[in-house]
Amino acid sequence: MADQDNSQNRLLTIRNLWIEGQSEDKWSPIIKGVDLDLNRGEVLGLIGESGAGKSTLGLAAMGFTRDGCRISEGTVEFDGIDLRHAEPGERRALLGKRIAYVAQSAAASFNPAHKLIDQYSEAPVVHGVMSRQQAETDATSLYGQMQLPDPGQIGFRYPHQVSGGQLQRAMTAMAMSCRPDLIIFDEPTTALDVTTQIEVLAAIRTIVKEFNTAAIYITHDLAVVAQMADRIKVLLKGEEVEEADTRIMLSSPQKDYTKSLWAVRSYARAEQGDTDKGTPVVSVRNVTAGYGATTVLDDVSFDFYQGRTVAVVGESGSGKSTAARVITGLLPPSSGEVLFDGKPLPADYRSRHRDQLRQVQMIYQMADTALNPKLRLRELIGRPAQMYLGLKGKALDERVRELLSLIELEPDQYIDRLPSELSGGQKQRIGIARALAAEPKFIICDEVTSALDQLVAEGILRLLDNLQAEFNLGYMFITHDLATVRAIADDVVVMQRGKVVEQGRKAAMFQPPHHPYTELLLSSVPEMDPDWLSNLLEARAEAG
Amino acid sequence: MAHVWRMIAQRLALGFLTLFVVSLLIFGATELLPGDFAEAILGQSATPETIAAIRRDLGLDLPFHTRYIGWLSNVLQGDFGKSLANQQPVIELISKRLGNTLFLALYAAAMAVPLALILGILAALFRNTVFDRMSNALALTSISFPEFFVAYILILWFAQTGYFPSIVRFSPGIGFGESLYRSFLPALTLTLVVTAHMMRMTRAALINLLASPYIEMARLKGMSPMRVILRHALPNALAPIINVVALNLAYLITGVVVVEVVFVYPGLGQLMVDSVSRRDIPVVQAVALIFASAYVLLNLTADVLSTLSNPRLMHRR
Repeated sequence: MADQDNSQNRLLTIRNLWIEGQSEDKWSPIIKGVDLDLNRGEVLGLIGESGAGKSTLGLAAMGFTRDGCRISEGTVEFDGIDLRHAEPGERRALLGKRIAYVAQSAAASFNPAHKLIDQYSEAPVVHGVMSRQQAETDATSLYGQMQLPDPGQIGFRYPHQVSGGQLQRAMTAMAMSCRPDLIIFDEPTTALDVTTQIEVLAAIRTIVKEFNTAAIYITHDLAVVAQMADRIKVLLKGEEVEEADTRIMLSSPQKDYTKSLWAVRSYARAEQGDTDKGTPVVSVRNVTAGYGATTVLDDVSFDFYQGRTVAVVGESGSGKSTAARVITGLLPPSSGEVLFDGKPLPADYRSRHRDQLRQVQMIYQMADTALNPKLRLRELIGRPAQMYLGLKGKALDERVRELLSLIELEPDQYIDRLPSELSGGQKQRIGIARALAAEPKFIICDEVTSALDQLVAEGILRLLDNLQAEFNLGYMFITHDLATVRAIADDVVVMQRGKVVEQGRKAAMFQPPHHPYTELLLSSVPEMDPDWLSNLLEARAEAG
Repeated sequence: MAHVWRMIAQRLALGFLTLFVVSLLIFGATELLPGDFAEAILGQSATPETIAAIRRDLGLDLPFHTRYIGWLSNVLQGDFGKSLANQQPVIELISKRLGNTLFLALYAAAMAVPLALILGILAALFRNTVFDRMSNALALTSISFPEFFVAYILILWFAQTGYFPSIVRFSPGIGFGESLYRSFLPALTLTLVVTAHMMRMTRAALINLLASPYIEMARLKGMSPMRVILRHALPNALAPIINVVALNLAYLITGVVVVEVVFVYPGLGQLMVDSVSRRDIPVVQAVALIFASAYVLLNLTADVLSTLSNPRLMHRR
């Protein structure tokens, strides 16, 4: 434990830190009296749900607060320097040189106007660590260590010319450019596909070990933090829940909150029998579709049955969402057709009958943007009921209340609220109620839980499950998260680059033998075992 | 680079198409002016016979499309015809005035554009400070007063005291420095009028970017606030800035009639107004066409420069 180490080894000490954020002229606390210790070369994992204050705490370790936030109490001491009271110039001399930052979205955090190499060499040159020439040579060797393709040349590309996973590695290399003592990793792999995530995790771990860099690794993914951290600190609403060495924390968490986080991944619904007899409710037949000259879907076919959930999985760009757009009629396919109850649907939603439109509803990933912020829940949920079913007045009011009860929100309390007065999980529930209001047979759920915290996501999955049983709904469940597939699916369709590579029962899908791509996807999902990444990399290296 | 050239060619072709449509509008609009040249020069002494005779002489009695096609084919050969008022070739009348107008526009732009950019950058850097509020207030004040008012205030301060001439006269053979001195007041007036717009756009475009993750990244790399603005925000804010600069340059060329009148500056604007009142249609048409070309050309330049400033458009994946 950190406390037992002598002070020479201590790099960062945070004591009783309070940070306040401003909203509507009121300051309210975001971080409430947190202590944090970090030794040289040590990796501390910081986990918690969104709003727990992980990023705020990570930035505070650099003596930095975002606009509208302030440190109101406590000390942040980095290698004997009081960061909270340091002059701006003094602090700037440390940032980038001795403390570096790796952001969540490399695509947004690289300046689009400059080449990677210019951004790499900026900190070393400005801080006087090395010349531009040296920085370029150094970049090539670090890019090589980060397993980037063509390390001598990749730096001369602009950020938009490099893929997301490569950018994230280039950003880690950039953070390393001055060989800092401390790096803050703020959810560096959250925006990546599982297969890409592995490469980035492995590269980060190697380089942090090699230069004996201390790190604070912020994430909401327990399995990821298990691979990266020596110690784990759990945060909840700005307060520390508990802290322990990684293995101890994983095997015997002390607090109920931590235990509940650990338990989420175990949710799985009961197996269903063969209920997929008869006519499929929706069936996609040999559909090819794309945008302009690019083909995104290449001759795909799959069926959906009432009362069953088909999970469509694949990495970004595999064509999952495009398939949903074809089914809803937003994107007419160039060939093939979509059948509903065995009868072909018009390709374009504009030529579909109102009743055909009613039968196929959609729930979106970002409930925030999918709900009109100016409408109250009464209208948001009531409108489809009014439009498709012609409900009015008292009947409409009753129906809205009934729907609110279905999604487990107290009608009297919520019916006149605006979306801005709801939490993320509640907004997603409204998305579900809006889809149900049309009384459809088939609902497309497009990554509906990926923007939510695990506990909240689990609640949404349970709700969807109950609704399916009650109304005999058919679900198309688009996701890239295999844990979600395990939890909710009856059947699985695996897509890669616009083609279906494998489809079948969930049980069969999680049993070998797999299609090589399915195998890659499955083996790339991080597990809670702290040795998982090492073992996997070893196994893959052996397999060549 | 190939696609940039293709874009330039495409925009040029569209620009010519625009000019063609504009020429139709100009020709049509001059038809709508009440009265014509014949009535204007004859004034009180007009009789139906004399008016008809003059119209026949000048070809004013021919149908619309015949006159338009004749005029357009002449224009395409560089011949804008002769002024109805004094029979001088329109080209000669215009070329000297055009030179004066461009001189004044460039003079004002050379003061206004750097001033606006520097003030805008400083205002973004010191946002919400006294400096920011003061420069905003001053810029808004100067843009809110009518041009002639600003002009007369400047005359009161600088011409009455004898520092600068209030009437601009270019005599042949004066040097460049002397020209700058003589046209200082109109140039300053125009500077005051156009700076605010460009400055506020620069400030807004920069501040708009300051919340971006890559700006936060630059700060977390320990870069100074000035470097963050100049190196990280400015290159990404160029497109809107370039466009507002182009718009203001076009205004400096085409919209300065009032300032020219106040300072008796021999530019195109005054010629245009005089010619409209005299119904000297060939001159009006030529000047209008020049104004339209200035707009088309400046907007084309702005488009090309915005493209060049954006690596995502310059360097495909």
